[in-house]
Amino acid sequence: MIGLTTSDPLIQVSGLRKAYGTTLVLDGVDLVVRPGEAVGLLGPNGAGKTTLLKILATVARPARGTATIAGHDCAREAERVRGVVGLLAHGTHLYDDLTALENLTFWTRFAGRRPDPDALRAVLAEVELDDCAEARVRTFSAGMKRRLSLARLLLGQPRVLLLDEPFSSLDQRARKWVEHYLEGFTAGGGAILMATHALGRELDVATRLVILANGRIILDAPRGALGADEIHRLYALHTEEAS
Amino acid sequence: MSFARRTFAVVWKDVVVERRSKETVTAVLFFSVLLLFVFEFTLGGDRDRLTGVLPGLLWLAVLLAGLLGLGRSFVLERDNDCWEALLLTPGDKGAVYVGKLLGNLLLMGLVEVIVLALFTLFMNVDVARAMPGLLLVLLLGTLGIAAVGTLFGAMTAHVRARELLFPVLLLPVLVPVLLAIVKSTDALLAGQPLGSVDHWLKLLVAADVIYVVAGLLTFDVLLEG
Repeated sequence: MIGLTTSDPLIQVSGLRKAYGTTLVLDGVDLVVRPGEAVGLLGPNGAGKTTLLKILATVARPARGTATIAGHDCAREAERVRGVVGLLAHGTHLYDDLTALENLTFWTRFAGRRPDPDALRAVLAEVELDDCAEARVRTFSAGMKRRLSLARLLLGQPRVLLLDEPFSSLDQRARKWVEHYLEGFTAGGGAILMATHALGRELDVATRLVILANGRIILDAPRGALGADEIHRLYALHTEEAS
Repeated sequence: MSFARRTFAVVWKDVVVERRSKETVTAVLFFSVLLLFVFEFTLGGDRDRLTGVLPGLLWLAVLLAGLLGLGRSFVLERDNDCWEALLLTPGDKGAVYVGKLLGNLLLMGLVEVIVLALFTLFMNVDVARAMPGLLLVLLLGTLGIAAVGTLFGAMTAHVRARELLFPVLLLPVLVPVLLAIVKSTDALLAGQPLGSVDHWLKLLVAADVIYVVAGLLTFDVLLEG
């Protein structure tokens, strides 16, 4: 994060293109996310949301264009990017036959740090899983696994969160908890890019909404300027136009 | 220190998961016992035939049982996309290779102890007198097999025809190791001194060094995909 000020973008994407075979998935995407912003990335299936998140997380490489996280190029400085980014993807990134505490212990050790059981229990308490610290992940509900995945991300103290459908499989209580957590994360100066299909209350977390269709950004607007009906109307309008 | 901690983390995690699930150990043990039954029924009490084919049978049992375990070593990482999380954690990815290699050595070591015990029991073979030398051959041979097996296990973990592709890739590369271990074992079980197989041991050491270094150098690229 050398030379970055607090207002410099944490995510900067410019002219990003990506194709799988002959299928063009991203076609010149430009996007800037600053500290304290939470951007809701909307779009139909196959719009390129997950691909964009994977490029930013350094899992995939772009064919053309640049993507930077906290000033580091995602393709050329992948290891530096990985130090500041946290990806919550479809997979839980958890081992089912380890307990919640053992999972956190493993990922702490694997990051090259010495695990402190008290600190790890505090992280579990933060995601309201301290009662299940010694239970195997195999016995967890989908919502509990989602929260434990978030706890795993917290260990790395990321400044940027890339979330793919963060509210899927969550009940109302868990949804509220995740919303509350994400609001706290942006209030602390972090940035969030959140791909979702949900057009409901989950978007209250977002400060900006971006609609991606056919590999292009076709709407980028502040969340506060849009009511629930307006979001549905614009989503339907733009995604139908694009298809 | 960080590399050692990361390596230890991978070994610890694999051992704990295997101790609880017992998936690989159960499959490997069952397979080893089954092979020994087949060998015993085929050869019966013919001591002469048994003496001639014993080194081959011993390593065939170790190799086939080992293939089961080695091929599965990265399947665990495929579940829940843990592979992706290993990739995204900053740090030297060589620790994953070394950790998996040590885990595979532990598993194959367990297989060898059981296979040797069963050979002694079922086939009335005295391996004790060849033991110090045989242990060295087992160690060097197992390291070579596990080094390549770990690398190819990672390479084929995401391939649909993994069960087919894994041995097809692995076995040709292992020819020098297999040749050296079978010839050395044959000589040692026949009562020859360790010095008589030093050329095979040198080949094993050279192969082990090449395989481990190649694994360390290429694993990063492999994990990045």
